[in-house]
Amino acid sequence: MTGASPVLVLREASYRYPAGAVAVDGVTLDVTPGSVVGIAGANGAGKSTLARLLNGLLRPVAGTVVVDGLDTRHHEVHELARTVGLVFQDPRAQLFARTVAEELSFGPRNLGLPDPEVRERVARVAARLGLDDVLAVSPFELPTPRRRLVALASVLAMEPRVLVLDEPTTGQDHHATAIVAGIVRDLRADGVAVVCISHDMRLLAAVSDQIVVMAAGQIVAVGAPRSVFADVGMLRAAGILAPQVTRLGFGLPQRHGRPAVLGVEELVGELVVARSSGEGLS
Amino acid sequence: MAVIPGRDARQARTGDPAPPVLSVRDLRVRYPSAQMDALAGISFDLHPGELVGLVGLNGAGKSTLSRCLNGIVPQLVPADVAGSVTVDGADALRTPVRRMASKVGIVFDEPGAQLSQGTVGEEVALGLESMAVPYAEMVARVGDILARVGLDGMQDRPPLSLSGGEQQRLALACALAIRPLVLVLDEPTCGLDARSRAAVFDLLEEVAARDGTAIVVVEHDVELLAERADRILVLREGRLVAAGSPVAVFGDVSAMREAGVRVPDVTAVAAALGGRAGEPLPVTLDDAIRWLAGVG
Repeated sequence: MTGASPVLVLREASYRYPAGAVAVDGVTLDVTPGSVVGIAGANGAGKSTLARLLNGLLRPVAGTVVVDGLDTRHHEVHELARTVGLVFQDPRAQLFARTVAEELSFGPRNLGLPDPEVRERVARVAARLGLDDVLAVSPFELPTPRRRLVALASVLAMEPRVLVLDEPTTGQDHHATAIVAGIVRDLRADGVAVVCISHDMRLLAAVSDQIVVMAAGQIVAVGAPRSVFADVGMLRAAGILAPQVTRLGFGLPQRHGRPAVLGVEELVGELVVARSSGEGLS
Repeated sequence: MAVIPGRDARQARTGDPAPPVLSVRDLRVRYPSAQMDALAGISFDLHPGELVGLVGLNGAGKSTLSRCLNGIVPQLVPADVAGSVTVDGADALRTPVRRMASKVGIVFDEPGAQLSQGTVGEEVALGLESMAVPYAEMVARVGDILARVGLDGMQDRPPLSLSGGEQQRLALACALAIRPLVLVLDEPTCGLDARSRAAVFDLLEEVAARDGTAIVVVEHDVELLAERADRILVLREGRLVAAGSPVAVFGDVSAMREAGVRVPDVTAVAAALGGRAGEPLPVTLDDAIRWLAGVG
């Protein structure tokens, strides 16, 4: 959805923890509806602090963060929560209800939605994340990966216009990771602005329109995945490893000088074409 | 259900198989009120100095198996169990967990949940105190182990003030301090960046090689396991459906698909290109580059 005005606007936003170093340092970023921005960076680069600036949990000490026209310095978290949903890396930071169903109902009910719609939303997100069978169970009795899915579902149930995911596939297996990637794509198609923080470069390569690379609180690179993952020197300096298939593509002599590949099928397709035209590949 | 015979890389190199330090025989576990077995008859051996990756979908039984290796299941988490787990001659399912803790160290996937002390130094010393290690040795071991995991200088910090990655390394330090014969880690690289993940595996390789510790790692990062593990065990619905070298296990792409386990991207590329008769598929980046360049 190019041309749409950004729903999330950061201008020179900085945050310093009390008595600590600057965690986010002069970040300028626009996120438009229907786009996915992936945030990559080493541990301690400021990614999770940035996430908390986006929903007003933290307020910038300099610069501004504006969410759907609301300057986070002048609005409460609960006002911003109507627009921005944040799924924490550690699900224990956000879960509290006695059952998964209560957990998933809490947000929509707080938005003042009528009961039938609350129930409908709960059923829908539970089905989407494969949680139908645990609705009556305490989220704290679930194994960690499923508890993380409950945390994600509880935010999805609020249908936010901006969704911030902090390491959504941590600890998830192949299937759950694919479900999360599918959800991100669906949200994008529905016009939601998604900010996805992750160490999983396969995920970011697969879902992001843009990737922002952070180091020491600053943005050190921003661009389409193909260009970001082609900047080997920058990635090394930022402590990031491009997806394995991308590194394979760059490692093949017969692909010398070709652009970055982002997925297995893409590389296979390219190599098959090269083979059939006799360009290399024994 | 093709079970590939296990192959210990170190034994293969030395030709001198060490006796297993841990033996699991026909292990069956069923939790109270569960409809199905969490583990449905598992058998394997672990040898000193082996680094073994345990993979499978969530719910396949990886955490249950991990928790049987030091008796947490069934002693602290009730379950019906049959079969045996023997570690260094001790019956892990019946020997008190407190005593098994000196043989088998476990690091859980939420390290914060396992940290309880006022300072990082006290946290590491806790296990040593319970083993009655003399004070001077304890101080030396705590300092040594914190340096090895890269937490030197943090002895006096409260554990919960550390970052997620640091807590992960602290939990690992606590487990290493007791110098276990077997070390079990449930997703030790969860939430870590690429450099930190590599550093964790550098450390595990060093511990396996230097101390002869047998290490079992539950891990979803199959690219990392293919590079680092001696052997891979694959669980599906409580059964061991494949075991062997990374080349043997990840190279069997259709078996992995059936088990719901992703293979490394480089293996998927080589498989999609049709493989080569009589040659195993590459599972590491360097092998794949050689394989695809046709010079390997």
